[in-house]
Amino acid sequence: MPTLDINGKPTSVDVPDEMPLLWALRDVANLTGTKYGCGMALCGACTVHADGNAIRSCVTPVSAVASQKITTIEGVAADAVGQAVQNAWRELEVAQCGYCQSGQIMSAVSLLRQNAKPTDADIDAAMSGNICRCATYVRIRAAIHHAAAALA
Amino acid sequence: MDTPYLPAPAIANVSRRRFVQGAGLVLGLALSPAATRFAVAAPETGAAFAPNAFLRIGTDNQVVVLAKHLEMGQGVYTGLATLLAEELDADWRQVRVEGAPADKAHYGNAALGGIQGTGGSTAMFDSYEPMRRAGAAARAMLVAAAAQRWQVQAGGITVSEGVVRHAASGRQATFGELADAAAKQPVPADVTLKPPSAFKLIGKEKLPRTDTRAKTDGTAIFTQDMKLPGMLVAVVVHPPRFGAKVRGFDPAPAKVVPGVKAVVEFPGTDFSPAGVAVLATNTWAARTGRDALQVQWDNAPAYGKGSDEILAQYREAAGKPGKIAARKGDVEAALKQAAKVIEADYEVPYLAHAAMEPLNCLVQLGERRCDIWNGEQFQTVDQNVIAKLLGIPPENVTLTQLYSGGSFGRRANPHADYLVEAVSIARAARKQGINAPVKLVYTREDDTRGGYYRPLNVHRVRLGLDAAGKPIAWHARLVGQSIMAGTPFAGMMKDGIDPTSVEGQADLPYEIANLQVEQHAPADVRVPVQWFRSVGHTHTGFSAESLIDEAAAAAGQDPVAYRAQLLSAHPRHRKVLELAAERAGWNQPLAAGPQGTRRGRGVAVHESFGSFVAQVAEVTVAADGSYKVDRVVCAVDCGVAINPDVIRAQMEGGIGFGLAAALHGALTLKNGEVEQSNFHDYTVLRINEMPEVEVHIVPSTEHPSGVGEPGVPPVAPAVANALFNATGKRLRTLPLGTSVTT
Repeated sequence: MPTLDINGKPTSVDVPDEMPLLWALRDVANLTGTKYGCGMALCGACTVHADGNAIRSCVTPVSAVASQKITTIEGVAADAVGQAVQNAWRELEVAQCGYCQSGQIMSAVSLLRQNAKPTDADIDAAMSGNICRCATYVRIRAAIHHAAAALA
Repeated sequence: MDTPYLPAPAIANVSRRRFVQGAGLVLGLALSPAATRFAVAAPETGAAFAPNAFLRIGTDNQVVVLAKHLEMGQGVYTGLATLLAEELDADWRQVRVEGAPADKAHYGNAALGGIQGTGGSTAMFDSYEPMRRAGAAARAMLVAAAAQRWQVQAGGITVSEGVVRHAASGRQATFGELADAAAKQPVPADVTLKPPSAFKLIGKEKLPRTDTRAKTDGTAIFTQDMKLPGMLVAVVVHPPRFGAKVRGFDPAPAKVVPGVKAVVEFPGTDFSPAGVAVLATNTWAARTGRDALQVQWDNAPAYGKGSDEILAQYREAAGKPGKIAARKGDVEAALKQAAKVIEADYEVPYLAHAAMEPLNCLVQLGERRCDIWNGEQFQTVDQNVIAKLLGIPPENVTLTQLYSGGSFGRRANPHADYLVEAVSIARAARKQGINAPVKLVYTREDDTRGGYYRPLNVHRVRLGLDAAGKPIAWHARLVGQSIMAGTPFAGMMKDGIDPTSVEGQADLPYEIANLQVEQHAPADVRVPVQWFRSVGHTHTGFSAESLIDEAAAAAGQDPVAYRAQLLSAHPRHRKVLELAAERAGWNQPLAAGPQGTRRGRGVAVHESFGSFVAQVAEVTVAADGSYKVDRVVCAVDCGVAINPDVIRAQMEGGIGFGLAAALHGALTLKNGEVEQSNFHDYTVLRINEMPEVEVHIVPSTEHPSGVGEPGVPPVAPAVANALFNATGKRLRTLPLGTSVTT
């Protein structure tokens, strides 16, 4: 039975090795903030961090991350960048339906950790794997700049 | 084994029904959605003041607004709460919103014929007065309770930001402190509403959405996230063609997957697919089991044509007269006199809604009762369809309303297609002795291929201009499946014309002496179709606003000035047109792009659902023909602007949603089978294609209209017109694609 480190807590999940992390998080660990959108790493709704790197949990077997630190939307506020992004999302009222926003936030946090002052082009490149059908993209761009400024 | 208990949310629903019978009921049974999520029966403590169906105030000082509409991203929870809290004079921070149960008597939508439903951008239009009256009544009762308690005249009491005060005696109380006493006051027969000049929340900038916090920390509960004790997840095999039936299958390969509890065949209806469902303790097991199944299909009853054949059939139909949807003057005579006639075909494909949350529905079936947890647009339609399917009274079907991860019209199926499917699966499971709650979840592929698309349309148009270039005859033949025919909404059709097929053309605002709009609705095409955000306007707005642009070009006139002079009888159209043009700098030359590129600017103005929207799109076309939409400037008149930031957000989102359809959207069929499956081949808009967007709201005192849909229609024609402006090439087929060949 793999034990996963999720948001700083060791969590044992009784699932087959090949089960994608997404379903272990949602159906077993009851962390439903991470969403299913496509199952093929095409939409980014399932984005979480493994050892700080953004990954698509819908195509990542639990066995591949058993020794890594997993952070989900439920744990993202534990760090300054995560908090700044979450606050920017609130300040600018980014969310509409909200279904993709956990993944958007996780991707944005990952971007800002690698690039403290991204340009619009940097944002477009880093965030183009995350689909939002409500097309909140204008505010996603603005919120990332907002968070970058708050962290500067 | 039957379910001997009422699931918790059903208790909440029943209690809410009792709430509305009058004030003075002390009830503590209501559960918050978060508490019901895992069916933990922990009632809220404290009595509640619930003077009507739209709010309750607890002794905890929370104001809970009950929203009769689905929150699918459009901001309706915030809008409804704003209206009520305005007249209640609540502190916005004490306001929380909960989805109301399905209850036509209390939550009907007059703008949709009395059903409880969310659609047609009607929520603010329908609720503008009722929600304010609900708040004002509660305020009056709180004031009366305070007057009684303090032994003072009610006239000396003021209410502001959730505090009731009597200045003369220096006394004050919170709503929570007065809730019990307010519940004992008579409900006022009539109330006086504030004049707009006294509004504090309506029209306010920076009023936070009520759902933002939960949607940024992972706690918002969608159907996908709901769990009940013992619940099984169902993943299905659908027929590859619409209408096919199951011939046979071997359940064994699915049953050996750990976690799989059952494999059940479920019957289809005329409007809901037949198939096989794998029920398991988790989604992955259900999906793995599903993928292991081989189902043989009986394709005899199925529809087998491809979209190319449908298109050819429609082009042929467009050559013949259709049913008259609108007629003014004599178009044929006028066309004969015209100095110039523009003839063109505009064509648009089927589109899947492709909301981020694939379709799903949680069902608990009991003996003669059915409890459903879902985010759905047509609550009481669904309730009735399920009641009929099960042969039980509608009140034995409860619906607990959750957030939905988009919908764009898909969760407003007049036949309750996916709810029928979920209930059919639960029923088939019950026959195998499985009484667990069942959550049907579509995979992305199931969702893309699940039907109920925006209908493919061919519009054959002729436009006659006089010698001065003024349009004198407009003739349009619109060919596409009817959405309403054969549904409970068929009664809204007149003379065989589906208003949702011709809206936007039949009511063309331009001053043209001779106009004829005809419709063909081929009934033999059996691809399931449905409303898609802005419905008929998705295609009529494209053809009408492109055609008028063709006319301006043929007349050698400026596209804005040309439209404006034909809109003298439509000041609201004209106002948004002129505002968008002004803010876009229409009268200044467009800045040049990088060397080797061509830039262009296009405009469109369109009314839908009572709101008026104009957009100016700017494009840059590279030497190889690829292009980018750089900026869209949008002006909107939706009457009183209740939540300005939500209006801006809906325009931004409507533009992005409309651009997805304009640039990429195409759902095609071959031999009756849908060719696309997931986001790699059903392309939607990504952030790198999103233009800058500027939104300007026309100040207005008109009754509010909606904003969920009206931002969509103008963007496709505005971009096509901009590409024409840049390249001289007129694009009449959607999707436009990502490059222009000239």
